[in-house]
Amino acid sequence: MNLTLRIWRQTGPDDPGRMVSYQVPDVSPDMSFLEMLDVLNDRLTLDGEDPVAFDHDCREGICGACGMVINGVAHGPERATTACQLHMRHFRDGQTIDIEPWRAKAFPVIKDLVVDRSAFDRIIAAGGYVTAPTGAAPEAHAQLVRKSDADAAFESAACIGCGACVAACPNGSAMLFTAAKVSHLSLLPQGQPERTTRVVGMVDAHDEAGFGGCTNIGECTAVCPKGIPLTSIGRLNRDYLRATRERDGVPGT
Amino acid sequence: MAVTGILLVLFLIAHMLGNLKIFFGPASFDHYAHWLRTIGSPVLPDTWYLWIQRAVLGTALVAHIWSATVLARRARVARPVRYAHRPKVHGSYAARTMRWGGVIIALFVVYHLLDLTTGDLNPVGDPRRPYANVAAGFAPERWYVTLVYTVAIVTLGFHLRHGMFSAFRSLGQQTPRGEARARAAALGFSVALCAGFLVVPFAVIAGLVR
Repeated sequence: MNLTLRIWRQTGPDDPGRMVSYQVPDVSPDMSFLEMLDVLNDRLTLDGEDPVAFDHDCREGICGACGMVINGVAHGPERATTACQLHMRHFRDGQTIDIEPWRAKAFPVIKDLVVDRSAFDRIIAAGGYVTAPTGAAPEAHAQLVRKSDADAAFESAACIGCGACVAACPNGSAMLFTAAKVSHLSLLPQGQPERTTRVVGMVDAHDEAGFGGCTNIGECTAVCPKGIPLTSIGRLNRDYLRATRERDGVPGT
Repeated sequence: MAVTGILLVLFLIAHMLGNLKIFFGPASFDHYAHWLRTIGSPVLPDTWYLWIQRAVLGTALVAHIWSATVLARRARVARPVRYAHRPKVHGSYAARTMRWGGVIIALFVVYHLLDLTTGDLNPVGDPRRPYANVAAGFAPERWYVTLVYTVAIVTLGFHLRHGMFSAFRSLGQQTPRGEARARAAALGFSVALCAGFLVVPFAVIAGLVR
C-alpha cells in the first residue's frame, strides 16, 4: 500500500504547529498503525529529519499510552480498538490519512502527537482511591459483592485512561473517564467510605483541569477502546446529586 | 439544564393540550383563554396566577439559557486548537443541533409572543378573541406563518428529543435498559408534542378551523 500521511508537527509547547504531508510507500496491510509510523520514522531518521513523536508502550491495547486522532476519529476507524491494535488493512491503497494529537486545553501538546495527560492523574488523586487496612490480605470471601455490581465495576475498571473520550467530545469533557473511575470504586463495598467525597473531589478536579462540561452526546463511548458505557455518567450524576444533598459531617445522616 | 428544562416542558404539555381546545369551537376556546387569566381567583386577584406563572417560566428560561451559555463557553475554552479533520458528530442530529436549535427556538418564542399574546404581528390581534387571532394568523394566504411555526416546532422536537434523554441522564438514569426506555420516551414524547402543536395551524389551512 502507498499512503499519504498528513501529520500534526509541533516542535514544542510554544510552537503553533502545522499539518505536514509525508509519502509512505510499501506499507504492508498486516502492519499495525504504529508500525507504519515506525517505518516512516526510520526513514526520517536516516534522512536526518526529526522523527514524529508519539506515545506508545505495550502495543497490546491495554496500557493506554498510545492515542491519536486518525481521520478525525480518536484511535481510528475500528471500534473498541486502540491505535496500536489498529491494522493497516482497514485503510485503502492511495488513501490520505490525517493524524492529529488529542486536542484539549487540559492536554497540552508536548511534541507532535504527544500530549501531557497529567490532568487525568490529578483527577485520580482527588478521589480515585480507597482506604484499605495494611497488613495481610483479607480473606477473599469475607466481603460479598453482588454479581451485577462486580460486573459493572469491572466494566468501568477496564478504563485505561487513554484520553480518547476527551479527544472525541465536542465539549472537550473528560466525564466518561471520571465516571468510569467513580463507578469503578463506588459500586464496590470497599469504595463506600469515600463515596461522597470521591465524586465531588473528582468532578472538581475535572473542572479545574479545564475540561468542558458533559452534554450527554455520547461521542466518548463511541470511540472508547474499552467500551465504557455512557450509563456510567448517569451513575456519576446520581452519586453527585446524593453527595451534594448529604449534610457533611453530621453523624447518622 | 435538566431542572429548568423540565419546568419548561411541563408548560409545553399544558400549552399543547390547551391549544387542542380550538377543536371544540370558538366559544370553548375563548372561554378557556379567558379562564387562564382568572386561575386562582378569588383567592388571587385576576391575572395574578398568570403573572406568577410567567415569572416562574421566565426565570426557568433565563436559567436554562444561562446554563447553556456556560456549557458552550466552557466547551470553546476546553479546545483552543480545533481539529483539522473532524467529521460531524455521528451520535444524533438532535444532539448536534442543541445549541443553534435553542437559539432558533428562543427567537421563535419572541415572534410567537408578538403574534398571539400581544397581537402586534397578528392580522386580528384582539386579545379578547383568541380564536379569531389563530384562525386569521394561520389563514392559507399567510402560508409563510405556518412555515415558520412548522420549522420552529420541528426544531423544538429535536431539542426535546435530546434534551429529555439528557435530563434523565443528568438526574441519575444509570442502567442500559433505562437508557433505551429514556431514549424511546424522549422520541415518542417529542413526536407527540410536535403533532399536538402542528395540528392546529394545519387544521386552519385545511379549513377545519375558521
